[in-house]
Amino acid sequence: MIPELGHLALILALLAAAVLGTLPLVGAGFGDRAPIVEWVRLARPAAQVQFLFVAVSWICLVLAFAGDDFSVVNVASNSNSQLPMVYKITAAWGSHEGSMLLWILMLALWTAAVSVFSRHLPAEMLARVLGVMGLVSIGFILFTLLTSNPFERLLPAAADGRDLNPLLQDPGMVIHPPMLYMGYVGFSVAFAFAVAALIGGRMDAAWSRWSRPWTTVAWCFLTIGIALGSWWAYYELGWGGWWFWDPVENASFMPWIVGTALIHSMVIGASLLLFAWRAPKVGLGATFTAASRESALLANNVLLVVAAASVLLGTLYPLFLDALGLGKISVGPPYFDAVFVPLMAPLAFLMGIGPLARWKSTSLPDVWTLLRWALGVSLAVGLLLPLAFGAWYGKAPWSPMSALGLWLAVWIACSTVIQMRQQLRHARGGLVERVLAQPRSWWGMLLAHLGVAAFIAGVTLVKTYETELDVKLDLGQSVTVSGYQYRFDGVREIKGPNYTAQRADISVSRGTTQLPTLHPEKRVYNVQSMPMTEAAIDTGPFGDRYVSLGEPVGGTAWTLRIYKKPFVTWIWGGCALMALGGVLAVLDRRYRTQAVRDARAALQSAKA
Amino acid sequence: MNRKLLLILPLVAFVALTGFFLRGLWLNPREVPSPLIGKAAPGFERPVLHALERSFTPQELRGQVWLLNVWASWCAPCREEHPLFNSLAKAKVVPIVGLNYKDNPDAARKWLVALGDPFLLTVIDADGRVGLDYGVYGVPETFVIDKSGVIRLKHIGPLTQEKLDKTVLPLVRQLQQGG
Amino acid sequence: MRALLVLCLVFLACAAAAYAQVPASPAELERRETAIAAELRCLVCQNQSIAESNADLARDLRQQIREQLKAGKSDAEIRDFMTARYGDFVLYRPPLKAGTVLLWFGPFALLGLGALIAARIVRTRRSSVALSDADRARAAELLGRGREDGA
Repeated sequence: MIPELGHLALILALLAAAVLGTLPLVGAGFGDRAPIVEWVRLARPAAQVQFLFVAVSWICLVLAFAGDDFSVVNVASNSNSQLPMVYKITAAWGSHEGSMLLWILMLALWTAAVSVFSRHLPAEMLARVLGVMGLVSIGFILFTLLTSNPFERLLPAAADGRDLNPLLQDPGMVIHPPMLYMGYVGFSVAFAFAVAALIGGRMDAAWSRWSRPWTTVAWCFLTIGIALGSWWAYYELGWGGWWFWDPVENASFMPWIVGTALIHSMVIGASLLLFAWRAPKVGLGATFTAASRESALLANNVLLVVAAASVLLGTLYPLFLDALGLGKISVGPPYFDAVFVPLMAPLAFLMGIGPLARWKSTSLPDVWTLLRWALGVSLAVGLLLPLAFGAWYGKAPWSPMSALGLWLAVWIACSTVIQMRQQLRHARGGLVERVLAQPRSWWGMLLAHLGVAAFIAGVTLVKTYETELDVKLDLGQSVTVSGYQYRFDGVREIKGPNYTAQRADISVSRGTTQLPTLHPEKRVYNVQSMPMTEAAIDTGPFGDRYVSLGEPVGGTAWTLRIYKKPFVTWIWGGCALMALGGVLAVLDRRYRTQAVRDARAALQSAKA
Repeated sequence: MNRKLLLILPLVAFVALTGFFLRGLWLNPREVPSPLIGKAAPGFERPVLHALERSFTPQELRGQVWLLNVWASWCAPCREEHPLFNSLAKAKVVPIVGLNYKDNPDAARKWLVALGDPFLLTVIDADGRVGLDYGVYGVPETFVIDKSGVIRLKHIGPLTQEKLDKTVLPLVRQLQQGG
Repeated sequence: MRALLVLCLVFLACAAAAYAQVPASPAELERRETAIAAELRCLVCQNQSIAESNADLARDLRQQIREQLKAGKSDAEIRDFMTARYGDFVLYRPPLKAGTVLLWFGPFALLGLGALIAARIVRTRRSSVALSDADRARAAELLGRGREDGA
């Protein structure tokens, strides 16, 4: 009964989406046509009704999983009675059909959120925004109902399920997809605002201010989602990699890159292409010189868009060649690294200069005076630190990649400090007063840029100085990796809720200091009989010690893979800072007060 | 005019992309085409499964069209396709040589006894080096080799009746008549 | 300014030194093995390199690389060995051929295009910043009046 209810609710949601996607858009009018007020007013309730139905549908699916209903194909294929409850629920999005429904849930959630948090938006604008989102929903719900119905029945019902893929039985699976989808789907709000403004013919500063917080929130979620995915791959897949430039990752990264460009152009109060084309008509008086913050932002966006386009090119190229019968190639990390790094390096350099440039026109000598010591310090660090690291980690004595990365990271950090000093210097009052007097979006920018610096540092250091050792150890044998001793103390069999595992004891020490023992496991899950590696990681701010259990090799010996990953957590730490910066930016009071002012102004002009 | 052209560009790009994606739906992303098609079958010399003192090289079959079937007793899909080879051998259409890939010879012999032996002979590739030279990346795989010892076809995965009837047999006949 | 120039030169000198030849040792061979294996795609677990993959084929191919390195083969020769048997698909770094020119040069062509567009925008914006003579005269007049009145 419950799956059928869920199915029905989804169909009803489609009907709500159909209403939402048509009537308010027609009602809002085109050009000189007068709006149909009743249809315009339909937008808000239709959006909320749609959410209600989708929520019911979602709850039905989750109940089917939680209740072990193996008469539902999706539950039988992705769950199992022995599966811990938390994973039974996450198994709801562990399949194509389930994740389509999750997508629809997010979409309905965002649509409803826009309908609730837009009291200040003119009615026609809101109708168009919600209408566009309704159209998107129609597409997704229709696709799901026709090709990917999660409520399909399996008759006769299976005795038990095929279990969730062991790789997905992990906390990362609980949080990563929802965060990612919140981000992905959230950008459809920005899309809806843009299309709504295009239809309505008013793309101005007010419109940009309305859509900005939505775009930023979506961007925050996507940042967190991608970072979680990377971290999850790192600890779950067992070989210490955290980014593979595979199509799935690229598909999430490209919107992120473009979203970053969008946020930066919203700083100017206009959208990307708009800024390029129609700004004079938009009436922003957007005149500026070559040396100005506007130009820096323009260059920033060009680099970001070209980067996104390059990732797209690399991802789709094998398909292009194969579809044209021109053979099969692979485009992997060597290509993306070769193309992405040269594009991002100038961008990173620009990040240090842009925020210090003035609007409209800036004096380069002035900027130089501010940044002189930053350049000196960063170059010195870039020069000297690789020598130190090279010696410490026993790698190449001086690495040019390491130098470049460290230079850029320190450059951005120093520039951020200078920006902070400059801004606070001209404020009044004590330190706390001065700090609080600055708009939150400005602090958000500082934090986010520092996040980028931390990210660059982390990536550079881990790629240059990581060590890996494939080794065969017998009981009691030790090996030294990067100054740490690892002793293999045997393997015990343990039983988990739905798996049996071989659990190794690896005692770790540095000289005489004893460090936490690591317990890498080799698990075999009861249902799928798939062997899985569960790596053991000792994490710290300066690096991770990472041990992965290999195979038994006769007697009591096992193969092991031991990694030292310096500063790897700075990668995700940097992402967390970026997301935090975004959150601060959204909490900027100016949005809300300005929004009220806009609403009043809109009302005035409507009455006139 | 220029403006209008630029406005159409995104739509054109979108339609083109959609076209590629639609085409992609019918392609198999996992299939790796072989660069050995049209090239001489790599030479090797390996012991015969049922007569270990004897070794086989592909040179011996010069002048004939023949099939090379890569299989192993631990390979489940190999069981699926095996009946096809049994019937093919019975019809005496084309000689089939088996390449026993990274297997235990006893297990291999038992497997043939249980499931039938359609092979002219089976060659032991204990360490998989021969398979490597032939670009084998998953068993079963089947090669069609012509009279001059050139590889003409590589089929990846278990052979199906359809593939046999539509592609393999016509090719074999064509090559046999070619001389 | 001079100090900065010196810094840059030292930078470049160190970079050049880093590329100096290192004699072949077991550690060096292992480094090369890992480097080559990391850029080859495992055909069984197709979303892993043969350095990462635990598949049988991956292990066999790593063994093959090790033997060839010991026999003194160059990186390029080993890659050719692999592509002769598995095609270009096995390379994660797509070779530069007629079919991949667009791939390798595309991003930089796009960058050039982006730079041109950006330059055009800046140029059109910049021209509006400069005041016309009439405006300049008017501004002078207003400012002059202001000084008399306000002072």
